[in-house]
Amino acid sequence: MSTTLSASTLLAVPLAPLIGAVLVGIFGTALGGNWFGRRLSHTIAILGVLVSFILSLSVLLDVIDGARFNDSIYEWMVIGGLTMEIGFMVDGLTAMMMVVVTFVSLMVHLYTIGYMEEDEGYNRFFAYISLFTFSMLMLVMSNNLLQLFFAWEAVGLVSYLLIGFWYKRPTAIFANMKAFLVNRVGDMGFLLGIALIAAYTGSLNYTEIFAKLPELATIEFPWYILGQESLLVTVIAICLFIGAMGKSAQFPLHVWLPDSMEGPTPISALIHAATMVTAGIFMVARMSPVFELSDAALNFILIIGAITALFMGFLGMVQNDIKRVVAYSTLSQLGYMTVALGASAYSVALFHLMTHAFFKALLFLAAGSVIMGLHHNQDMRWMGGLRKYMPITWITALLGTLALVGMPLFSGYYSKEAIKLSAEFSTLPAATFAYYALLAGVFVTSFYSFRLYFMVFHGPERYHLNPDAHHDGHSDHHGHDAKPHESPWVVTVPLLLLAVPSVVIGYLTIGPMLFGDFLADAVHVNHALHPAMTELAALYHGPLAFAVKAFSSIGLYLAIAGALLAWYLYLHNPKLAPVIAHKLRPLVVLLENKYYLDWFNEKVIARATMALGGGLWKGGDRGLIEAGVVNMSWKLVGRIAAVVRQAQTGYLYHYAFVMIVGVLALMTYFVWR
Amino acid sequence: MMTTLTIGHFLSLGALLFALSVVGIFLNRRNLIVLLMCIELMLLAVNINFVAFAYFHGDLHGQVFVFFILTVAAAESAIGLAILVLLFRNRQSIRVDELNALKG
Repeated sequence: MSTTLSASTLLAVPLAPLIGAVLVGIFGTALGGNWFGRRLSHTIAILGVLVSFILSLSVLLDVIDGARFNDSIYEWMVIGGLTMEIGFMVDGLTAMMMVVVTFVSLMVHLYTIGYMEEDEGYNRFFAYISLFTFSMLMLVMSNNLLQLFFAWEAVGLVSYLLIGFWYKRPTAIFANMKAFLVNRVGDMGFLLGIALIAAYTGSLNYTEIFAKLPELATIEFPWYILGQESLLVTVIAICLFIGAMGKSAQFPLHVWLPDSMEGPTPISALIHAATMVTAGIFMVARMSPVFELSDAALNFILIIGAITALFMGFLGMVQNDIKRVVAYSTLSQLGYMTVALGASAYSVALFHLMTHAFFKALLFLAAGSVIMGLHHNQDMRWMGGLRKYMPITWITALLGTLALVGMPLFSGYYSKEAIKLSAEFSTLPAATFAYYALLAGVFVTSFYSFRLYFMVFHGPERYHLNPDAHHDGHSDHHGHDAKPHESPWVVTVPLLLLAVPSVVIGYLTIGPMLFGDFLADAVHVNHALHPAMTELAALYHGPLAFAVKAFSSIGLYLAIAGALLAWYLYLHNPKLAPVIAHKLRPLVVLLENKYYLDWFNEKVIARATMALGGGLWKGGDRGLIEAGVVNMSWKLVGRIAAVVRQAQTGYLYHYAFVMIVGVLALMTYFVWR
Repeated sequence: MMTTLTIGHFLSLGALLFALSVVGIFLNRRNLIVLLMCIELMLLAVNINFVAFAYFHGDLHGQVFVFFILTVAAAESAIGLAILVLLFRNRQSIRVDELNALKG
């Protein structure tokens, strides 16, 4: 028996943080005269998100009992048969995303009280993160592509605002423009996909699109692409996926994510780990009926995901900045989710999305706690032995790391193992490559995760050796003695609260999410063609048995090997690592230059675009339009006037003569007619 | 033996006078008074035409119209001569080919 959810409850979920954002953003900043102080601002913002979280939880409980909602809230306009509306579609997928988004957002809001304490943009930050929460909620609750795209752009905008939060830093401005522009490239593909869907189905609403899809399944795309015919649905699927590539930072549109670490750590946790980057994964899962119709697109997704998963992991191995390591880890894990999407295991991808949101947000917030404790030093070479000074951060970071590498019984194990198995069972040609890439990725993930863990929390203490240690004038309550210290409770409580689902949520929810009917009506899988889920279901005998399976699969041993190698190189025999780096110098240079992709983007693409723009400006705008059309028109008028002017001689008798001749001519004309 | 005068002779006289005065207007470069005289001559030529028609058709309306034309001619030459005097006071010259201030 399914009941309907109340529209006003659903409306309150995104509107509460929006109201918080608007109030704090106007009255808490110079825009409204700085009326609200810090305590009032953070209280309003947190209240907004708290209301949203509690309502999302109640919606989730209703959805588990079978309630659904799919209706239009406000019809904006109807143009030529295309309806533009604001509407909500709430099923298992939406409810899960709502809870994840609001929970992580609430944790980040609480954390920000401690992290941004000394920052003068405190109120502005709260306004931005509440605005982000609103945008992300509108994205996941949408029931049509227009609202999805609006919210897609809105989260991109807030990401831009937050990456460039410290707008006086040139690197931050470079990074936020980069993020927005790379996202735009993805959006171009996304818009093409939406336009194709609107053109061929005549609607933007999900239910209507999915109803019309079977008719579209055999239509050929009108033009040849790369010399080959292709199906319309393949082109639509690939265009939509390009949008997902931009937002979810898949290769080669991943270049903005490491730079986005210029923003404060709370937003790295919220936006670039748990929520915004998962919007692409969410969109592909939501549009699963489209993707199921095209094997070519699924192969493409598999390849891109596998490349991202493996090669981004390699980059994480050579980073010295603690946030960059976690950023590359995020990129790699997004690649894992994409591989699961390509194997048609949409619920597995969403499951990993959820578990990853928790443990990656935990890792980012823990990294932020470390950064705070070391007075804003982010370089891991000057950390070490911090477990004595920051015990809570240490334990929660360890739990997050174990979840990330896939220790059995932790949440990350369940989702990563399910992804590996779905890549193994998929029958698509690219799945073999994806499977081996994922296996290699397990080793790499474990290596860089434990490298981070050992370099930061174990080993000799190096914080006093930092040559760049800055003693800026921020108020040090502990008497300015530069020793690391544990963070205040507003920082450690979110860490603890995030550690709980990082450990247990996999065990608790794998059954209902993957093999139950929680997501059954949200994702659509063609089980005959893409048997990964059915084979996975055949293997599954409960979470405990799934955990025991670890000992018979190679993944666990790869992870242990990675951890051992990290222990050996960074704790036991630290002199060996520089020697190896020296021997493998070309490889290290390639990794440090991020495969020269940034160089390519900046020197080749950006220069070419600017040259094109310059050429069009000088040749087209100045040469053709200005000189050719505009200048020519007045010069022409001038020349004609110079000729005609000769008739104005100023002599009366000339004028009289012309008059008489004219009269004669007219008379002759009329007489002869 | 004398040729009988027909209406054609008078009309030709009028046309001849008219043509002479038109030519006189634009072949005249030196004297504004000659211009005024030519205008009077044009009016006179038309008057001859009217009188000829009145005589040879036995209709008095032609001659009546000549009165009107004469009146107008008189008024107009008065004004024209007044303009001429003023022009001479301002320009110290009545040469027509010096009046090209409106040249564009």
